[in-house]
Amino acid sequence: MIVDDLEQPRVTIRVHRAPADRVYRMVVRLAASATLLVMGLIGAFLFARALPALRSGGWRFLTEQAWTPDSGRFGISAVLLGTVLIAVVALVIAVPLSIGAALFITEYAPRRLRRPITSLIDLLAAVPSLIYGLWGLFFLQPRLIKVSRWLTDHASVVPFFRTKSTNYASTTFIAGVVVSLMVVPICTAVMREVFSQAPVGEKEGALALGASRWGMVRTVVLPFGRGGIVGGSMLGLGRALGETIAVSLIISPIFVRSIHILDGGGNSISSLIALRFSESNTFGISALMAAGLVLFGMTLVVNAIASVIVNRSRSGAATEI
Amino acid sequence: MSATVQTLPATSSRRGLGIAPARLTARAVSAWFGDHKVLERVSLDMAPRRVTALIGPSGCGKSTFLRILNRMHELVPSASLAGTVELDGLDIYRGPRSTTETRKRIGMVFQKPNPFPAMSVADNVLSGLKLSRMKLSSRAERRELVEHALGRAGLWNEVKSRLETPGGALSGGQQQRLCIARALAVRPQVLLMDEPCSALDPTSTRRIEDTIAEISEEVTVVIVTHNMQQAQRVSHDCAFFLAGENEPGYIVESGTTEKMFSEPDDTRTLDYVRGRFG
Amino acid sequence: MTTASTELRIERETQALEDRVRFRRLDVDDAMPVCGAGLSAFCLVWLVYERLTPLSGGLGFWLSWYGVFLAVHWLVVRERSGPLAAADRLATVVLTTAGLCLLVPLTLIVGYTAYRGWAALRPTFFVKDLRYTGSLSKATDGGGAHAIVGTLEQVGLAVLISVPLGVATAVFLNEVGGRLARPVRLIVDTMSAIPSIVAGLFIFAVIVLTFGQNGFAGALALSVLMLPTVTRTSEVVLRLVPGGLREASLALGASEWRTTRDVVLPTARPGLATAVILGVARAIGETAPLLLTIGGAFVMNADPFHGKQDALPYFVYRLIRFPQNAQVQRAWTGALVLLALVLVLFVIARIIGGRGPGHAGPFKRRRRRRLDMKEHA
Repeated sequence: MIVDDLEQPRVTIRVHRAPADRVYRMVVRLAASATLLVMGLIGAFLFARALPALRSGGWRFLTEQAWTPDSGRFGISAVLLGTVLIAVVALVIAVPLSIGAALFITEYAPRRLRRPITSLIDLLAAVPSLIYGLWGLFFLQPRLIKVSRWLTDHASVVPFFRTKSTNYASTTFIAGVVVSLMVVPICTAVMREVFSQAPVGEKEGALALGASRWGMVRTVVLPFGRGGIVGGSMLGLGRALGETIAVSLIISPIFVRSIHILDGGGNSISSLIALRFSESNTFGISALMAAGLVLFGMTLVVNAIASVIVNRSRSGAATEI
Repeated sequence: MSATVQTLPATSSRRGLGIAPARLTARAVSAWFGDHKVLERVSLDMAPRRVTALIGPSGCGKSTFLRILNRMHELVPSASLAGTVELDGLDIYRGPRSTTETRKRIGMVFQKPNPFPAMSVADNVLSGLKLSRMKLSSRAERRELVEHALGRAGLWNEVKSRLETPGGALSGGQQQRLCIARALAVRPQVLLMDEPCSALDPTSTRRIEDTIAEISEEVTVVIVTHNMQQAQRVSHDCAFFLAGENEPGYIVESGTTEKMFSEPDDTRTLDYVRGRFG
Repeated sequence: MTTASTELRIERETQALEDRVRFRRLDVDDAMPVCGAGLSAFCLVWLVYERLTPLSGGLGFWLSWYGVFLAVHWLVVRERSGPLAAADRLATVVLTTAGLCLLVPLTLIVGYTAYRGWAALRPTFFVKDLRYTGSLSKATDGGGAHAIVGTLEQVGLAVLISVPLGVATAVFLNEVGGRLARPVRLIVDTMSAIPSIVAGLFIFAVIVLTFGQNGFAGALALSVLMLPTVTRTSEVVLRLVPGGLREASLALGASEWRTTRDVVLPTARPGLATAVILGVARAIGETAPLLLTIGGAFVMNADPFHGKQDALPYFVYRLIRFPQNAQVQRAWTGALVLLALVLVLFVIARIIGGRGPGHAGPFKRRRRRRLDMKEHA
């Protein structure tokens, strides 16, 4: 006997919300829209204001070294290179240090010390960049000058370290070292979070095979934490690119494309804006906006890449960056 | 005694995998986590070339005892123990061998398969050697060892065409057999297995039991199992663990599997193997 | 070689004594090679460095010492325990150094700031401004009260603007959701990448060019920076509130609004407070956006809406560039006050919220227990 399945009326369940709820949802939705609007407007406004300068500069904007908007000659090639160099110096110092410190905290430090040290790192991250800049300028610079001299004397096979100046002060190198100290806490915090989630089963498996602690770390923790290492580094890179105060305190700005980080003088986009905004007319402001937009774009790309890498890796899924 | 770089002899694979199966003896082993005692003077003799099963209800300290046998117990910060464990007469805690050396001679397979996902199947098998810096002189040797270990573990035919796929891409049963192959590749004298089949399907379970039977000639096997039928199938000797509520675990009785399951000395053992409690 | 240390433990009278083995991470066998290597490296380097080569300088000496120390230590362990143990020990030493390296900058920075800023720190610093001080005045003349007031007002206004908006947005993203959620989240993530100087530049172009520089413009610039951060951290905190609590509340017949107001927000309150306080701590130290927007002043101006204002970071940044020692000294004192403020806020945030959004502090735990009891009463 065939049983017909009767036509059963399908009911769409309508959500009846209490009036209080409707108001609440509306208010909250409004707030979010306001955030969306404001933030979106900022981006749009920046772009609009930067347009005159971009249009006038054209492609030369990317290749020109000098910065004299009034005369029509202005371009970010020097400041952009300077920004990138400072960030590179900072990362070269910060990333290995952060990986080492994060491994130390998760695998080697006594358990009782883990929480205090983690708090210490967060504290380092909270210290204002102004203080780092002051300390770098007054305390570190005199001491780094000797290091710079040594590098020039003994390491000039590497083109970065060649220089003709005798000053060794206000250099990209020194600014990079100070920025690296600012970046270390951020990188270490992310990497530490990631390393602490390495799967215990795999760690035990390695130890049961007769591995030493370092062997276990190499085989299990580091491969697991790859995403976190890259993500943390990119986050640090973003911070290093946008750093204004420490750089503008230390560096004496020059507008020449140069990879000699020990030369007395350097530049970065953010310090350019900081130092030039007061003396600029409308067109000058527009040019500065264009430079700021490029910086914003770079930081955006770096952060986006960081998110993607961290989220897609094994380690990243549970961390927040 | 300094550990020198070991070179595996060329004929190792043909001779079999174990160096020589060893006798593992535990004497009056007690264990604590902090001040909480979990094992009470456990003594057991695990004979070479035989499979010893540790049976008993859950929470009686069987896994803790197993982990004491290869010095994994001390990974927990508050752990302490008393008594002696001897491998062929040498005390593994107070004797001359280092912890890592002991763990190479006494291998372990865990309840949850834990292959290294970042490595391929072949690299997983060889990872134990890489970690302990034992050198294989040529690619041919490496290939031979991989084939032999995977063959012993009953996995070779299934993965021989995809040795480079990541270790994590295999099914649960295959992963566990990979872990067994990995443990065997280090040529241990004893292999400890902590409920290796509890997370697996019946087919994989059977395969692994076949493996245990095969390797018991070359490696002393100690297996913790909840499954009494499995204990009957694979083991030559048995030890029955029991613990009262909030009391440390201890061995009620031990002996050959045949005796334990047909005419044990203790009524509690008889009740347990008859399934009257679990 | 590992030797286990044995400890005798007195058991109950009915049981015999058991020799109990406790495991220690470090023991004499590990410490001796380290000390020995350190000492011998020191002697070797001193000999070569000071006597035989023309190199000089403290930094070079210690770097050489470290390198030689590592090499000697590695060789010694290799002889005793083999290459595997040697590599393991080397890794331990290097990584421990990395960990210690973290602590060194912190102590140096805080210590140096305290050392430089302490000299001119007087109670008058918090009360007077710079209206009567000239380039020849002493460092202890005048004070930074105008800067402190400016900072408090600007950050206060920024918090008033960004926190309600940010928390509400986070509530929307986490509790309500919908099609609007994706663009909002995208834009919030985008904007969190904005460099602080660009935020300042934006406010400069929009507000300052029309209305002139004032404290409120600075507050707006700070809000631009704080809003995405507050939103994101609040969202993380809200997400950590267990879904079971919401379900329990809804199953009791509460409306969504009630659930949010009485269950989710109270549970998240310590985490939210921490997030806000940490945001404030960061905003207080922000200098770049203020450079372009507040103008700076030497005189107290308590009205953030009219006329230029000063702020602590700007105060420091400006004065540090003056050639006179007194001005530089004043700047350092300001920096010390700024650092102290940030540290105090940080400690408060830690006490309130525990270790961070995932970890319950003592207050949060108590609250959660109280809440659960209330629900199941």
